[in-house]
Amino acid sequence: MKNNLAPLIVLAVLAALPLLGLNSYVMHILILSIMWTLAGMAWNLLGGYCGQVSFGHAAFFGMGAYSAGLIHLHLGASPWWGFLASLPVVALVALGMGSVVLRLRGPYFVLATLAIGEVLRITCENLTDFTKGTLGIMITRTWVEKTQYYYIILGLAALAFIVCRVIVHSRWGYYFVAIREDQDAAESLGIDTTRYKTIALTVSAMLTGLAGAFYTNYMGYIDPGVVFSLGEISILIIMVVMVGGVATEWGPALGAGIMVILAEYIRSLPLIGVAYQTMFGVLLIVIIIYLPNGLVGDWPVLKRKLLRRGAPA
Amino acid sequence: MSMLEIRKLSMFFGGLAALHDVNFDVRQGEILALIGPNGAGKTTLFNCVNGFYNPSEGQVLFKGKPITGLKPHKVCNLGIARTFQVVKPLSRMSVFDNVLASAFLRNPTRKGAEDVADEVLHFTGLWDDRDQLSKGLPLGKRKRLEIARALATQPEFLLLDESFAGLNPAELDVSIDIIRGIKQQGITVMIIEHHMKVIMAISDRIVVLNFGQKIAEGTPAEISANRQVVEAYLGEEHGA
Ligand SMILES: Nc1ncnc2c1ncn2[C@@H]1O[C@H](COP(=O)(O)OP(=O)(O)OP(=O)(O)O)[C@@H](O)[C@H]1O
Ligand SMILES: [Mg+2]
Repeated sequence: MKNNLAPLIVLAVLAALPLLGLNSYVMHILILSIMWTLAGMAWNLLGGYCGQVSFGHAAFFGMGAYSAGLIHLHLGASPWWGFLASLPVVALVALGMGSVVLRLRGPYFVLATLAIGEVLRITCENLTDFTKGTLGIMITRTWVEKTQYYYIILGLAALAFIVCRVIVHSRWGYYFVAIREDQDAAESLGIDTTRYKTIALTVSAMLTGLAGAFYTNYMGYIDPGVVFSLGEISILIIMVVMVGGVATEWGPALGAGIMVILAEYIRSLPLIGVAYQTMFGVLLIVIIIYLPNGLVGDWPVLKRKLLRRGAPA
Repeated sequence: MSMLEIRKLSMFFGGLAALHDVNFDVRQGEILALIGPNGAGKTTLFNCVNGFYNPSEGQVLFKGKPITGLKPHKVCNLGIARTFQVVKPLSRMSVFDNVLASAFLRNPTRKGAEDVADEVLHFTGLWDDRDQLSKGLPLGKRKRLEIARALATQPEFLLLDESFAGLNPAELDVSIDIIRGIKQQGITVMIIEHHMKVIMAISDRIVVLNFGQKIAEGTPAEISANRQVVEAYLGEEHGA
């Protein structure tokens, strides 16, 4: 692969950051940003490259989170095993979902993903014996400091970055984009569109599940309303990718950083802080209108505009 | 030997018979032209062959085996590639990537697929445009990209739907050469075309459809001597 230098430099810089002795709040922001980068890269594979927009990625995030929570609750295992436990669970659900839902095209697929996220949340709320329902699951966090969590999520994100990069440059990646651009053309060129959409969904779901499993370990507490949340998970993942750049390699990372900082900032504002979801909605609309390809995707356009404005001054 | 056999093929849309009891064969290695007025059912026949439509009645056999009702990607895997009358480029992909995506079908490794894509792009004269986004191409080249993409799946049988429509005279000559080159590679071709000059220049045999029915079949000489055809179809052209 052509350009391995940039990712290595970014990784080295990120790996060195904790050595600066950042305070715990800054570390928290960084950890969340990297976690959303992971989820964003996962969503991007399906929604950005393969063009199948999912409004239900909270389903996979929540399943990952509950994999970690439930093996701890019922088996007494360390919630870190949640990473491993989540993979087959999420993969199976994604495969099943794919074989049914991915036959649907366009808005039907979008609606189906929306429904699945919500169905899982409600199921999880009602299976009180198994999941403790809305009470949620509490675990004891392994470490008090942030550093260990930081390196774990950084490692996971780096792994996901590599997975995405390899896929995007391989046959799978080309098939994903072909499906996004024209499903009939793709089908007539020998691409089994249902199969490759299912592959995109499954890989995307598994990576999202890892983010969820990390969430449980890091936050120490999960409940269905949070980890299966439409607004705070499904929509946020989409925003991360849209703001950063759909179908771009670095878009999710940039978008995640911006969204996490923005969310923290808006929430800290008096009065309007509680309406941060509304503000996100407005932001999303602005982005769709003015930067449909996100900051990374529309960077050339953006640069031209900024330069033109700057020139006469 | 028959490469493709169309047997009692009918396709109904509501009350409309887009195809009605159509029978003919395409022989191995030939160029067969499918002609007929607008709405005659030509594209519908392609859709029945390549799997976009499941015909209401009848069968399509490829190398003696029925392929009726198979999904398009299966049909393509068996060796039948097609182009679209209304071009369907993968717009936000470069010309090269369009062709590469198809070349992966029989060459799972990137290196192998790239070699095929290189060869096809040279053959179709699109090599110099390889880095362009396909939506930026002029129509003539987009039509050629359709052919290039189909060829990259390394087919035995090629369905070309109006690959010449909207081309200027210079582009016509280029495309005629390309299609002759395709025949020389041993690929069987069925082509839908309105351009009579092109038809007469390249086709070995012609099948004429009118209102979903086959009204004539024969060599270019036989067809241009056929009164029914002249009335139904050529008459329009000559009159215009
Ligand atoms: N999916 C469909 N649903 C309903 N009617 C259809 C459909 N596809 C084709 N038809 C009808 O079938 C008839 C044949 O259409 P077809 O596209 O096969 O014609 P054609 O010979 O390719 O014409 P042209 O030269 O204009 O491309 C037309 O009357 C068309 O309206
Ligand atoms: Mg047609």
